[in-house]
Amino acid sequence: MSAKHEMSTSRTAPEAISPLAEAWTVFRRNKPAMFGLFLLFSIIAFVLYGTFLYTGDPFDIVWAPHTMPSEEAAFPLGTDYLGRDLLAGLLTGGGPTLAVGAVAALITVVIGIAVGALSGYFGGWVDDLLMRITEFFQVLPALLFAMVLVTLFSPSLVTIALAIGVVSWPQTARLTRAEFLKIRELEYVTAARSIGARNNRIMWKVILPNALPPLIVSATLTVGVAILFEAGLSFLGLGDPNTMSWGLMIGSNRSYIIEAWWPVTFPGIAIFLTVFAVSLVGDGLNDAFNPKLRER
Amino acid sequence: MLRYITKRLFYGLLLLVGVLVLNFLLIHAAPGDPAEVIAGEMGGATEEMMAEIRSSYGLDKPVIVQLGIYLGNVARGDLGKSFFFNQPVTQLIAARIWPTIILVLAAQVFSIFLGVVMGVLAARKPQGAMSAFVSVFSTIGYAAPVFWTGIMLIILFASVFPIFPVEGMRSARFEGGTFAYILDVAHHLVLPAITLGIIFLAQYARLSRASMIDVLGADYVRTARAKGLREMIVVFKHALRNAVLPIITVAGIQFGNLISGALLVETVFNWPGMGRLAFDSILRRDYPTALGVLFFAALMVVVANLVTDLSYRLADPRIRTGGR
Repeated sequence: MSAKHEMSTSRTAPEAISPLAEAWTVFRRNKPAMFGLFLLFSIIAFVLYGTFLYTGDPFDIVWAPHTMPSEEAAFPLGTDYLGRDLLAGLLTGGGPTLAVGAVAALITVVIGIAVGALSGYFGGWVDDLLMRITEFFQVLPALLFAMVLVTLFSPSLVTIALAIGVVSWPQTARLTRAEFLKIRELEYVTAARSIGARNNRIMWKVILPNALPPLIVSATLTVGVAILFEAGLSFLGLGDPNTMSWGLMIGSNRSYIIEAWWPVTFPGIAIFLTVFAVSLVGDGLNDAFNPKLRER
Repeated sequence: MLRYITKRLFYGLLLLVGVLVLNFLLIHAAPGDPAEVIAGEMGGATEEMMAEIRSSYGLDKPVIVQLGIYLGNVARGDLGKSFFFNQPVTQLIAARIWPTIILVLAAQVFSIFLGVVMGVLAARKPQGAMSAFVSVFSTIGYAAPVFWTGIMLIILFASVFPIFPVEGMRSARFEGGTFAYILDVAHHLVLPAITLGIIFLAQYARLSRASMIDVLGADYVRTARAKGLREMIVVFKHALRNAVLPIITVAGIQFGNLISGALLVETVFNWPGMGRLAFDSILRRDYPTALGVLFFAALMVVVANLVTDLSYRLADPRIRTGGR
């Protein structure tokens, strides 16, 4: 907490370096975090190539079913139970997985910040009401609720992203609320109010920027959760069946795991590496924003 | 204390009514005729079935009356009927709820117990090998999709080390007494429980490491050591008792996620629980069953939260007396 306070005061100091530059300096020295960032950029590059430059169709049957990896030079990762190229699947399936993950995380963060900010800033009955609603959403097991939503409103990438967002915002809301509760008592908020700033301005221009560091960390981790979520839904067969995704690859090959291990292993590794990279970056950001916690 | 429990029970009840209202709204918000939604889009709903649904749900009456009828039905223990199984939803769920509870509790016990042990060992040497292992493992455990971990374990144990069954909850041709039966279920439980527990194991290990490091630096721990108490007693009796509080909190918060995870694990291991039922009924568009499972899952979370709250109060007397 005090770290944040220092940051906000350092902004007004004459020799101030921006808090972001300061965080970056710390982040850059963190080896696991830099590795995560590198991994994440590599995965994004791989997926961008697959989405925009690669021309193969992952649904095409190209070779004998269950061809082992490296058995056939043209298909280095082998083929699945229908004889579809797994490398093509990985290349094209990453786009939907990452896009849904990112959009769902964005929805989560927007709802979470809005609810948490109103709740923490106004307090009183607004807080009571919003927190009861938040608790209500926390009682519903997220994946189950998302499954019901997706099937009731027909599965598409948009419904899936919306469903994930709708079920996972409560944590962000609680975090935002806690930050707002803390910051609204600080002197610079009183100062802003005394010069006649309106509630809207205080909330979004004064408090929110100072509450951002923990929210950025949580948003990063939310991307990871949302990717796992999308993978889980597609694995269960609730994704869009006409869009290749990493989860769909695992789900559709799952009945044949005894005969062939590779069709489920590779997409799983892809999901794993992506979430792993995202959480390394998230942890790194957390350390960069809270230098005092670095010892842990 | 009693007053507090009553208040919490009432509040839990209110949350559950909320879930029912949500279920009701979902049926009505879904595109299409609610009667068709309830019957499920299996294409097999006869005119007779539709008429039965319309009258039992009062679908020709105003929406608010329908909500009243729906809540009244639930109060009498009637969550509707699965037109796929031709069975009341409550019966279907009653048969599946125990396997889920067993799985979830086993995973919870496994992850908390092992997680705390790992965390404590790591906390004693914050820069040691165990600490490094805990931080690497917690990131890995968190990042691997649970259904994928399950599949990897199935591949490993089905073909490489066939010592654990990889499917179902009991052996196909089982004979023997109660004890042998319990052993058989436990044997089947090993892989699903580990799969589900791994995600949370990592979190608990990390959390208990952090809170143990905090507590081990506290004055009363130094006092205990200065008194010449044995290290084991200091760590497990004095320190752990206080370090365990955040774990209880997180265990409560995670319960909903545990159930979400159980849904995937049950599907992977063919475990005959509620998650498997939810999955099957959602694919069949058997909405009364799916919404019934949603309700019961919420019920489990409410109960778990209540238990967490109470055990928190037992573990930390400061909260009980309202001090702090």
